[in-house]
Amino acid sequence: MEKLMLLGDEALAQGALDAGISGFYGYPGTPSTEIIEYVQRSKQAITDKVHRTWSSNEKTAMESALGMSYTGKRAMVTMKHVGLNVAADPFMNSAMTGAHGGLLITVADDPSMHSSQNEQDSRFYGRFAMIPVLEPSNQQECYDMAFYGFELSEKYHIPVMIRLTTRLSHSRSGVVRRNTLPQKPCNKPEDIFQFMLLPAVARKKYKNLINLQERFVEESTQSPFNEYYLDAKDYSKGLITTGLAYNYLREVYGDAPIPYPVLKICQYPLPASKIHELYNKCESLYFFEEGMPIVEEQIKGLGFSGMKPIHGRLDGTLDRDGELNPNKVAKALGLPSKYGKDVPEIVAGRPPALCVGCPHADSYLALNEAIKEYGRGHVFSDIGCYTLGFMPPYNAINSCVDMGASITMAKGAADSGHFPAIAVIGDSTFTHSGMTGLMDCIYDKSNVVIVILDNSTTGMTGGQDYTAFGRLEEICLGLGVEKDHIRTFFPFVKNHEEMIRIYKEEIAYEGVSVIIPRRECVQTLKKKNKREA
Amino acid sequence: MKKDIILAGVGGQGILTIATILGHAALNRGWQLKQAEVHGMSQRGGDVQSHLRLSDKDIHSDLITMGDADMILSVEPMEALRYLPYLAADGWIITNSKPFVNIPNYPNPEDVYTEISKTTNHLLFDADQIAKDIKATRSMNIVVLGAAIKHLGFSEQEIADSISAIFSRKGEAIVEANLKALKAGIALS
Repeated sequence: MEKLMLLGDEALAQGALDAGISGFYGYPGTPSTEIIEYVQRSKQAITDKVHRTWSSNEKTAMESALGMSYTGKRAMVTMKHVGLNVAADPFMNSAMTGAHGGLLITVADDPSMHSSQNEQDSRFYGRFAMIPVLEPSNQQECYDMAFYGFELSEKYHIPVMIRLTTRLSHSRSGVVRRNTLPQKPCNKPEDIFQFMLLPAVARKKYKNLINLQERFVEESTQSPFNEYYLDAKDYSKGLITTGLAYNYLREVYGDAPIPYPVLKICQYPLPASKIHELYNKCESLYFFEEGMPIVEEQIKGLGFSGMKPIHGRLDGTLDRDGELNPNKVAKALGLPSKYGKDVPEIVAGRPPALCVGCPHADSYLALNEAIKEYGRGHVFSDIGCYTLGFMPPYNAINSCVDMGASITMAKGAADSGHFPAIAVIGDSTFTHSGMTGLMDCIYDKSNVVIVILDNSTTGMTGGQDYTAFGRLEEICLGLGVEKDHIRTFFPFVKNHEEMIRIYKEEIAYEGVSVIIPRRECVQTLKKKNKREA
Repeated sequence: MKKDIILAGVGGQGILTIATILGHAALNRGWQLKQAEVHGMSQRGGDVQSHLRLSDKDIHSDLITMGDADMILSVEPMEALRYLPYLAADGWIITNSKPFVNIPNYPNPEDVYTEISKTTNHLLFDADQIAKDIKATRSMNIVVLGAAIKHLGFSEQEIADSISAIFSRKGEAIVEANLKALKAGIALS
């Protein structure tokens, strides 16, 4: 069968397409974006009419996927780890309703925060919702787990989480395909109570979810993705790896066999009996987890006396934060750690920066000028390319917390008398989570200036569409911003004075102002010109 | 046989194209491949790197072990130095010498070259200038690739076949420019 070179993200997407999926839903977020981008380019997806357009945010995406599952079809929702915070409400409750058609919730975590504001571990959410979690260790498993995940989901009528991490999402390797499965027909759930979480129904459903836990543990224990190598030469250490940490362990030993017993865990809840067996056989346990020490904490608990030594991220055997690599694993096992030479001191950091010609740069330079008299500390910002406006030479913004927080933090500050209170948010981020915050401002007549930097794309993740494209003024007007206080300009060096004037006028206005600097992202423009050439 | 290569540069300089060509040639041999890439925020004018692993046996880790890399292949000289902890004692640095200056504190290029010459095996050349001289300005990255292939054990024919296959849909002129750049790079090694 055909072998494809795919990123982990792409392998999962291709697996789901071959497994008869009918719809993908999601909002872009590194490192998950390439799943839906792959589907959008896929001829197979187009021929099979698989849903593949972006949603407004992770919550709407999650609910749409649940709706597709309601009809008996297979669906997937994709997001980055912090996106699951946005989708947490439907996510938690989907464990209560369960699924009808197979439902995969794919969350890509970003340990080491390559492109994120935290490194939360989505396995916590999986455990919190009490649903099975699959954590592939390589690209082939990404592909295979799509098939397996749908089967598991339909067998127990339960959503299944697939947890990816950056290194797998963004690493390419060979993937062997299987025969494709047809899509499922559209049919209603047989049980009319299934998706009805009125308390009286929900109580029964919760008991049902609790009762399923034992079955989920059995499934994990039998899972083809969990591997148990309990016979070994040396029982002084027992090793437990989760997800792709297993690869690093194999790498460290090279062609030599691993001398200790190993549990390779890629499906949760934990196969408890196997862990008991390992603990009983070995003098100590070592945990290698890509992410937070979730399994380690479960086993170690409070560390009661008489317990055998347990090593991992909690006792400093491994760094408490950041992603793993072969060197960290070798060091933890007391093996000689290889190293080249130190980076010479002359090597300077090269942090990411706004592109040459970026419209945000012009918007920021004018904004800095307009508020110079007030000093720093007045600009609340958000998640996107424009967060780089924090860096020199701009030094233009003072906060970056979560999607949409610019507007509502500016509102809270304005409510306490902070003046001027300015929010800077991207067009796509505004679509994702800015509108409800703007409604709060309008309701309270808060004295804020909201700058929606419109580069006509979702820039940071590589230029995706978004749902409110081309309708920002109409939306602001519809939400209740006064027409005279919705201002637009073309952010360009020539317009510097005009931009300063507009900023100043709206700062002077006591109420809700929206300013929309609008010029296309230089990256998407370049791509567009290339396509047309 | 196993080749661990750190590809280095600045976002947008074309290191992923180098990875694609080497990967294609490795697959033609029936080898395995793993290639870890950088996407997202760091691409915006920041330093980028790709771990490319090629082997005739199974490859486990997506990341190269520090001290194990056979080569740092870089399209920018300072970026080559950033990954020295990965380079094996007998590994090669093959790098473009043309600085990409988008930061205010870029070091004196001469100091960068001095540091590069401290490594046992290195090749340092102005790939931008070479590409310009042969009228293939946009193929600077392929010049760098060309300089590396001998040390990676690939023949000119293997790489040329991969270049032709990968660039064919962009037209004959682009294939030719890249093949010329490949030859110019090979001449450096």
